[in-house]
Amino acid sequence: MSVTTPRILKAGSLLILALFGQANAEGDNRSDRIAATVQDSFVAKRQAGMDRITQDYTQRQCTQYADAPLPGTVSAEIMRRNRATIKPPSDGVFLGDVTAGEAVARRGRGLQSSDDPAKPAGGNCYACHELAPEELAFGTLGPSLRQYGKLRGDSQFVLDYTWGKLYNSNAHIPCSNMPRFGHQGILTEQQLKDVMAYLLDPASPVNQ
Amino acid sequence: MNRRLQKLRQTVGMLLLAGATSAAAQSATEAAIAEYHEMFGDENPAELWEIRGADIWLQKRGPLKADLTGCDLGLGAGVIAGAYAQLPRWFEDTQRVQDLETRLVTCITTLQGFSEEEVLAVKFGDGAKKSDLEALSAYVAAASKGMAIALPMQHPAEQSAYALGKDMFYYRAGPHDFSCATCHGESDKRIRLQALPNLTVSAGAQHAYTHWPTYRISQGELRTIEWRLQDCLRQQRMPQLKFGSAVAIGLTMFLAKTAEGGVMAAPSIRR
Ligand code: HEC
Ligand code: HEC
Repeated sequence: MSVTTPRILKAGSLLILALFGQANAEGDNRSDRIAATVQDSFVAKRQAGMDRITQDYTQRQCTQYADAPLPGTVSAEIMRRNRATIKPPSDGVFLGDVTAGEAVARRGRGLQSSDDPAKPAGGNCYACHELAPEELAFGTLGPSLRQYGKLRGDSQFVLDYTWGKLYNSNAHIPCSNMPRFGHQGILTEQQLKDVMAYLLDPASPVNQ
Repeated sequence: MNRRLQKLRQTVGMLLLAGATSAAAQSATEAAIAEYHEMFGDENPAELWEIRGADIWLQKRGPLKADLTGCDLGLGAGVIAGAYAQLPRWFEDTQRVQDLETRLVTCITTLQGFSEEEVLAVKFGDGAKKSDLEALSAYVAAASKGMAIALPMQHPAEQSAYALGKDMFYYRAGPHDFSCATCHGESDKRIRLQALPNLTVSAGAQHAYTHWPTYRISQGELRTIEWRLQDCLRQQRMPQLKFGSAVAIGLTMFLAKTAEGGVMAAPSIRR
């Protein structure tokens, strides 16, 4: 016993070292550092409940590496997890109604504590993207989508790519600034189809 | 003087509507302010809040029938010149890092004897419902006009408030995965037509922070930085930020520190 004890201790301390090593490798984690203070600094307001403070894996990693390069393994894991969430349209039809899609692209409201939860949320695409040429009030956080369908066509590849982008932007661009509209339940399946039509239908104002 | 400014304030609403129809691919933020100056020159209705703030500062009020001239904003009792340019900072008496508004609450409760509830009943004014805190903020901020932001940043609690603010700036959460950095992490971006200052660099933070508290043309109200943070977090789809909370102070500290050296121009005018 007296002989083996140091061995066990050694093994134990190695294990402890390994565990702490892990914690340290994750960095002194930004989210953990502020979790308790954030919890104390907010209060639920209407539909904006305190559950919104809690981060999923993607949000946690994107917070930790927001001002540092994203390690390759983390990047791959974010994409893997987010790809797995993408559900194709249940009836196999990707394109809905152009006019309804335009309304989704224009509408900014939705999910703020000040919004009516009974009304459908918007996609607010114009906040970040240029789309139809007649709308000059567009933002620049995302790339221009002018003539999106005209330039890309409507092959199955383009349909899948665009659906995936709208459903979950982090499937291919980890920590994208574009919301994960399908995965996070911001837009319904029908709204996603309608926006798809707004982007891809040759008759859509976007493609003129 | 007051009457003229009041009239000015009414006209501003109409001006904003006119501005909204002339959609052009330029920043609405700059356009609204430029149009405003064209019509009204250098007049700023924020002056109304300043005047009211000066009044309140000197009035004997509350159960203790005292004025606020004994209020210590960090540079000693009654010193307001330059005080705002050095906030937020650590205060020995409260053992807290405080921004301008929370410090004003401390002065009103301790010197005049009002309860905190009474002071915080109207944090943000709305037409006839006026906020003393906004008026006092405008008055005190104006006494730092032309002075460079210089935070003490000596006390460990001031440093940890800054660190918390920086962490929070990058904290992504909620259904849209937004953080402050989503909208304010790059230069020369805009959302719809509203210019988004890059708050991670000195020039952007100075452009933003040195103007607050500010008169908001779109609301016809003077707004403080606490209001700005609450409203950005609402757009971020987060729950309600508590007034004077650690996160509110931390974010303000992060903004002020990043803007350090910038020359105070508040109360200014914004879209
Ligand atoms: C908060 C800003 C933001 C909003 C809102 C937003 N996007 Fe994006 N979007 C981006 C960014 C940033 C990118 C580039 C990174 C990426 O691809 O994820 C992007 C990329 C895209 C792309 C890929 C473009 C390409 O050439 O590959 C499409 C398509 C797109 N967005 C469509 C939309 C639609 C449709 C909406 C509205 C339902 C929308 N976006 C709302 C920020 C936004
Ligand atoms: C969804 C986008 C968005 C997010 C997220 C966001 N903001 Fe803003 N912020 C804006 C917009 C838009 C404006 C300008 C509004 C205007 O022009 O009136 C603004 C204005 C500001 C200003 C005033 C700038 C000036 O020049 O007057 C400050 C300071 C600010 N935000 C801080 C923050 C902080 C801190 C956070 C995180 C807690 C944050 N914002 C999150 C969109 C956002």
